[in-house]
This record gives sequence, structure tokens and C-alpha cells, in this order.
Amino acid sequence: MANRTESQAAAARRSPTFREELGRTIRFFLSELKPKGKIITPFNVITGIIILAGLTLIVIRFAFGLASVTNLSQAFPWGIWIGFDVVTGVAFAGGAYVLTFVVHILKLKKYEPIVRVTVLNGFLAYVFYAGALLLDLGRPWNVVNPIIGNKFGLSSVLFLVAWHFMLYMICEFLEFSPTVAEWLGWKKLRKVLHGLTTGAVIFGITLSTLHQAGLGSLFLLAPTKIHPLWYSHNIPIMFFVSSIFAGLSMVMIESFFTHKAFSDRIGHELHAAHDGIILGLGKGAVGALFAYIFVKIIDFVHYGLWQYLATPMGYWFLVEFLGFVCLPTALFLYGVRKRSVKVVQFTAFLTAIGVILNRLNVSVIAFKWYEPKHYYPSWGEIVVTLAVISMELWVFRWVVNRMPVFGPHEAAEEAEAEVVRWRTPA
Amino acid sequence: MRIGRRGFLRGAGAAGGALLVGGGAPAKAAASPQSSTGDVEFNGMLIDTTKCIGCRACELACNETNQLPKPKVDLLSDSVFAEKRDTTPDAFTVVNRFPNEKNPKEPIFVRRQCMHCNQPACASACLVKAFEKTKEAAVIYNKDRCMGCRYCMIACPFDVPKYQYDSPLPYVRKCTFCAQRQKEGKQPACAEACPTGATLFGKKRDLLETARTRIYTEPDKYEHRIYGEHEVGGTGWLYLLGAPPEKLGLQANLGTTPYPELTAGFLYAVPLVFVLWPSLLLGLNHMVKNEEGGAHGEQD
Repeated sequence: MANRTESQAAAARRSPTFREELGRTIRFFLSELKPKGKIITPFNVITGIIILAGLTLIVIRFAFGLASVTNLSQAFPWGIWIGFDVVTGVAFAGGAYVLTFVVHILKLKKYEPIVRVTVLNGFLAYVFYAGALLLDLGRPWNVVNPIIGNKFGLSSVLFLVAWHFMLYMICEFLEFSPTVAEWLGWKKLRKVLHGLTTGAVIFGITLSTLHQAGLGSLFLLAPTKIHPLWYSHNIPIMFFVSSIFAGLSMVMIESFFTHKAFSDRIGHELHAAHDGIILGLGKGAVGALFAYIFVKIIDFVHYGLWQYLATPMGYWFLVEFLGFVCLPTALFLYGVRKRSVKVVQFTAFLTAIGVILNRLNVSVIAFKWYEPKHYYPSWGEIVVTLAVISMELWVFRWVVNRMPVFGPHEAAEEAEAEVVRWRTPA
Repeated sequence: MRIGRRGFLRGAGAAGGALLVGGGAPAKAAASPQSSTGDVEFNGMLIDTTKCIGCRACELACNETNQLPKPKVDLLSDSVFAEKRDTTPDAFTVVNRFPNEKNPKEPIFVRRQCMHCNQPACASACLVKAFEKTKEAAVIYNKDRCMGCRYCMIACPFDVPKYQYDSPLPYVRKCTFCAQRQKEGKQPACAEACPTGATLFGKKRDLLETARTRIYTEPDKYEHRIYGEHEVGGTGWLYLLGAPPEKLGLQANLGTTPYPELTAGFLYAVPLVFVLWPSLLLGLNHMVKNEEGGAHGEQD
């Protein structure tokens, strides 16, 4: 430090001009674009092939219409691109609003280490899975119509969902933006963005409540088409409540994988707190699962659903409800009592399967269950779905490998310490 | 069960009515089911299945008026009755043949097309008002607004809207009730073409009276109900039936609740959540903040 010249020290003290800062940021950004680590790995090769195949199919779909790639028909206008990508994907993105509520509203410090990665996951889920909606739209460029007012379909639940998707993406980006600012080294902007967090979180929770329920409300307009075991005036409530345990399960699943794949990126704090966090999330999920079971019981009494149980659709319903709602509830309780992270993590997978089953049942499987020729996804629809997931994982990995997503960025901390040392007179 | 749900919706409606964003119009229409605004009476169409002879002149007229592509099977060939057909993006109306249990020698012919509901599910589902109910009764399609989400197809209780899956520039297609011809003072092409009066155009109020008169006059010939009078809150097109609806390929389990009411409860709750959640969350947030002595609770 002593051998630094006076002029260098002066330059360090003077805050950089906007042009210097912009130039630095662009150079930094370009250097960050390069891939890190080995390029030829089994994961990269497999997902790379899937993405290429998916992009090819997307080109074919837009050149020749939906029939060229999908199994959609006049009787089944919505397939897995809506039922899985959008409806299920958004449910799994629910972890973000639950955790921001816990950390930013209730101020529980325990969950702070995972809030950034959860918000990132939620944001990317909306960009990619809600974004996959554009593939399904006949005229995707008209997606701006409900926003620009050609026309406002105020009586439509889908109008609400469309606006909320857009607004919530902005909220989640604001919630995540301090991390981006830290990565780019924009200290002042970071402060401004950080100040917006509480507002974004409150607005985000409100939006999430409504559009998670709203996705369920979409199906209220199909009372004769959805099997009585799944149709209920409580669908909005059930979609909202299940998005809580869907989101929490996805947070646990995501942490299961990221602890393997990104163990070097994860701060000491998160490593130490990990087990306690997972057990805590399990407890939260149990609460939401019980709420869900109670609503389902109310439905059974209200609609007299017992009569449908001894039918093929009834057995299928029992698989979903007993196997993937009631069993996970019991296993979470057991895992939390025994303080077994493994059991809780395993149960998170089970719960997630249950959410997938439920969303697919409402939107695809139990939809027009009476049709002799029922829809099933084409291989093209499946490949495109896998491609969307693969692309999301690539972007997720790119961000995690660069930005301080898992707690404080060690490199950034070092750089900051350096600056402090310069500025402090020796 | 059904009444329970409707009661629930009404209750929610009363609670949230003042803060309502949308959905006010359906409630108005429910008050006077024969017209939309009170000044113009709804037009309607009466289909008498006992008068239809299956000549399919309506299909031909529809095809020509809407300038639809010529169908593969000749429009005058009877071979089409071999299987039950549905409307397609290029055929807005189709006639199907059903066995007549009362008189096996004379089958019953039933045509299908858009029912032009009083409170259309498609219009309430559409987020850009691509489907709209005109004050004359036609449910029309504004193709420049449509983004092709196909929610109208999910919502329609009669499965009427059809989609051009084979086109890179697809539209949703269905019967227009010849709204343009109606504006010009003409009746819809199919009604004009019908040689037996099985398709009868007129004011809906008059058609209901005609239908009742026919049932009273020939009680053995008809089912004692008018299909479409109460279904999903009433439809613009009415059917006189020679057999129960389920035996004529018509949905029999639709109930009488207008479809917009099914989502009204949720929509009424939206402004409530929008005012309640932020206030409560902000309160909670400040409550906790004060406990912590102003700490922001962030590690960084």
C-alpha cells in the first residue's frame, strides 16, 4: 500500500465519472458473458441438444401453426404448454412471495440466506414458464392488447392474470435488483433499489395472492367440463393455498440441487444454517397442506363428492389426494419431529409431484374426462417444454455463477475491503 | 347445491359491489333477459327440430354468405349423416341426424351453431373483448383484438368457438348470426334459406310465444320445454325438441346460472384484496420493525 503513488490514491478518492463507470460496466459485463467452467459436460450436451430441438420445433410451430407440433384440437384447446408450463410453473414460483413475506415483512433472519436465490428462481420461472405462453398464443404479438387497451376485458379473469404476470415480473426484478447492482458494482443505485424492496414485496405479495388464485379462477368457467372431483367454487382458494406448499417444496428441491452443483458459491452462513432452514420450510409446508386438506374436506361435504370415489376418476383422485397430499403431510410432520433433513427433502419431491398432478388434472386430465378421444401431449410439446426448462436452468446457472445470489459475494467483499483500506489514511 | 353457490356469489357481490372493477354489465342484462339495454329488443332464432327435414340448405347458405371454403363432401350428399359432425372453422353450422323413438321412420334432424347466449361465457372470458354481445343479440368476433389464447373455447358451454390450428395466422371462428345482414335489415342467410320454417328468425319475445303455442297445440309431438330459454341464463337461439336434449346431441346438464356469474365472486374479491393486503402487510411490517428498534433486518 505504501508504494502506491499520490496520484493513484487521488484517482481512487475521486468518484469515477459516469462515462468511466459506464465503460467499466460494459467491459465487465462482456467479460462476464463468457462461460465459466468446462463446456463439454453431460448436462450441457443433453440440455444443449434439447434446446436445439426445441428451438427447431418452435420455428416449425410459428411457420405452420399449432397443429404442426402439438396435439391440440377443437375439443382440447389447452395442452401441457398451458397446463404444465404456465399453470404448474407459476405455482412453483410461489416460493418467492412466501419467502419475501417471511423475510421482509415478518423479518425472520433465519431465512435471509435463501431469499435471493428464491426470488431469482421465481423471477426466472415467470420469464420462462409464463413466457412459454407466447408459444401457445395464436397471435403472440397481440399479447400487448390488454395492456395498451385494445380492449380492456375487465370481466375476464385472464385479463387480471395477464396484468398481474407483467406487474409481478417487475416486482420480482426490483426485489432481485440489489443483487444485480452489487454484481455490477453500482453502489449508489444499489442503495436506491434496496430502498424499493419493501414496497415491491408488499405489492408482489398482493399480486401473487390474486393471480395464484386467478389461475384457478380461470377454470371456474368450465363447470361441466372439469370432473366434479376437481371442479369447485373453491378452486381459487385451493390454487392459492397450494401455491404456498408448492413454492416451499420447490425452494427445498432447488436447495437440494444447488448445494450439490454450486457448493463453492454458497457462503458459510448458508452452509451452517441449511438444515435449520429446510426443517423450518417443512413446518411451513405442513401448515399450508393442512389448510388445503380442510378446504378439500369442505368441498367433499358441500358437493357430496363421495359418490364419485368408486369410479376410475375417483381412484385417480385418491392417488393424487392420499398419495401426494395426505402422505406428504404425514411425512413432513414425521421428518420435522425427527429433525431429519433427508425425510423433509424427500417429502418436498413428493409434494411437488402432487402439485403437478393437481394442476394437470384441473387443466388437462380431468378436463373433458368424458371425451372418448382424450388429449395427450405430442412428443413435440414435451421436447419444447423440456427446452424451456433447460434454458431456464442455463440462465439460472449463469446468474448464480456471477452474482452474489447465495449470501455475500466473497470476491465483492474482498474488493470492498480493498477500497476501505485505500481510503483509510495509514 | 347450485343455489348454495349462487347465493354465495350474490353475497360476495353485495359485499364487493361498490368496489367492482368489471362485471357490472352482466347483472344489468340479467334484469331484462330479452334485451341488453332495454331500448332494443333481442333478436332470436327458433329451431324446430320436428320441422327440419335435413336438407342442409342452411349449411349451404351459411357457406355462401360467409364465403367459406367448399367442403370436401358435396353439400347435398346424404352421406354426411353417417357420423355426428361438429362445427369447424370453415363450417359455422352443421345438421346431424338422430333416431326418433316415437316414430322410427322419421329421424330427427338437429342443427348446431353458436347459441348467442344472453350473457356469453366467451365474451366474459375474453381479456380483450374480441367476443362481444351486440345489442341486437349477435355475439360477434373482433379479429384484430384476438391474441389466440383460446380461453373462449375452454369457457363456451356449447363448445362452439373453433380455432384454425393449421394456420400460422389463426383466428377463432364461429357463427356470426349474420350480424352484418341484420344491420342491413335482412334476416340471417340460414333462416332465409330454410324451406320448412324449421329455422325461424324474429324478436326473441315473439319466438318464445310461438314456441309455447306449438307445445300447447301439439303436446305429444314436443318435449315440454324450450331448450335455450333458461340454459346458462338464456340463449338467443331457442330449440323446440322432438326428443330429450341428451338424445339429440345437446348438452343437458348446463344449469341456469349465467356463466359470467361463475367468476363474479372472484372478481369482486380483487379490489378487496388490493386494499386490504397492502394496508395489513405494511402494518405488520412496521409492527415488527419497531420491535427490532428500527433495524431493517438485512444482512447486507
